[in-house]
Amino acid sequence: MPPDHDLDDYVDAAVPHRHGGPLRVGLGGPVGSGKTALAAALCRTLGAEYDLAVVTNDIYTTEDADFLRRNAVLPDDRIEAVQTGCCPHTAIRDDITANLDAVELLEDRHPGLELVFVESGGDNLTASFSYGLVDVQVFVVDVAGGDKVPRKGGPGVTASDLLVVNKTDLAPLVGADLDVMRRDSATVRGDRPTLLISLREDPTAAAVADWVREQVRVRVVA
Amino acid sequence: MTAALLTLADARLPAGGHTHSGGVEQAIAAGLVHDPSSLAGFLLRRLQTAGRVAAGLAAAACRGGDPAALDAEADARTPSPALRAASRQQGRGLVRVGRRAWPSPLWDALPAAPHHPVALGAAATAGGLTPRDAAGAAAYLSVSGPATAAQRLLAMDPLTVAAVTARLAPGIDAVADGALRDGLPADADPLLDLLAEVHAARRDRFFAS
Repeated sequence: MPPDHDLDDYVDAAVPHRHGGPLRVGLGGPVGSGKTALAAALCRTLGAEYDLAVVTNDIYTTEDADFLRRNAVLPDDRIEAVQTGCCPHTAIRDDITANLDAVELLEDRHPGLELVFVESGGDNLTASFSYGLVDVQVFVVDVAGGDKVPRKGGPGVTASDLLVVNKTDLAPLVGADLDVMRRDSATVRGDRPTLLISLREDPTAAAVADWVREQVRVRVVA
Repeated sequence: MTAALLTLADARLPAGGHTHSGGVEQAIAAGLVHDPSSLAGFLLRRLQTAGRVAAGLAAAACRGGDPAALDAEADARTPSPALRAASRQQGRGLVRVGRRAWPSPLWDALPAAPHHPVALGAAATAGGLTPRDAAGAAAYLSVSGPATAAQRLLAMDPLTVAAVTARLAPGIDAVADGALRDGLPADADPLLDLLAEVHAARRDRFFAS
């Protein structure tokens, strides 16, 4: 680069999403892996500890938001659903406008908000959240999708801040080897944590809730 | 023209446009748009009404018109509450990214969630563009977003949709030129208003508008 170029001139210094507002936690993963069930579990487990809210990104309809409302895990005014224009992936990564609008709306409505879960629409293994939208992200896969999933990788599996392998109770029924999944996850993820859970056996999602508490604590200390 | 116009009119500019179909989702549901020629008809109709109005407002905003007054003019030209909300939502998205891309005191002079053409005019000024550029971007965006939405919803051949959009260019240019001449047009299309209202009441929709 020629010396007359100051590269700082090209860079926008403002980074508004590392602000003092609530911790934003992305929940992503393939269709049917248990994202909404996990969001509901986390709301039930953490709802009494934190001032929290949820943004849902359904592919079609407001089904996930309705599920959360029906199960009364949160008051209605703490759940916002966004439309994603047939592109759930775009809405969490390439153009996060609609999700930012929803998060800001919740922040305005609840000034003491400490934690926001942003649940993506069911997508595929390449789905990941922009860090302009979330502070940390959880990628949820399930045992029934096959024990090869961790080995296949993809940004959600390899680079998410937490990988959750759900439905361990189904392993014997679908012939999945949990040790293989654990080992492959460790191989592709390096130091990043992986939790194998069964929301059916533990509807409180205790292990994931502990991880979220730690993220809030680290953030507050920082 | 400068390269800033290419950025402003780029569908990949993260301003939230991809979640709006410009009425196409409901037009498809109503059977009005189902193939390339019915899509072309819809886009032409949209360009001549919503597109003209947006181009006039964007040019006026870029020319330094009072943003609050132009915002009220936009309200007056948008009888459908759903379309007002959609326009303001897109305006807010454009302000968010425009403020970062082209820093300027102009952004602070805008209403909180301005109508999209008003934000577009401000973005054009902040980006060093002309009123003709602002009008061109408004006219182009009035059809490019809906065209892409139709492609997604009907699984149309993207090359066909690209060709339809490309062939609208003379019409888009004519609308943009007119914006410099015609003041603030007030063309209306009751069909678009009705489609938007029916669409907003649906629970099973992919697009915000």
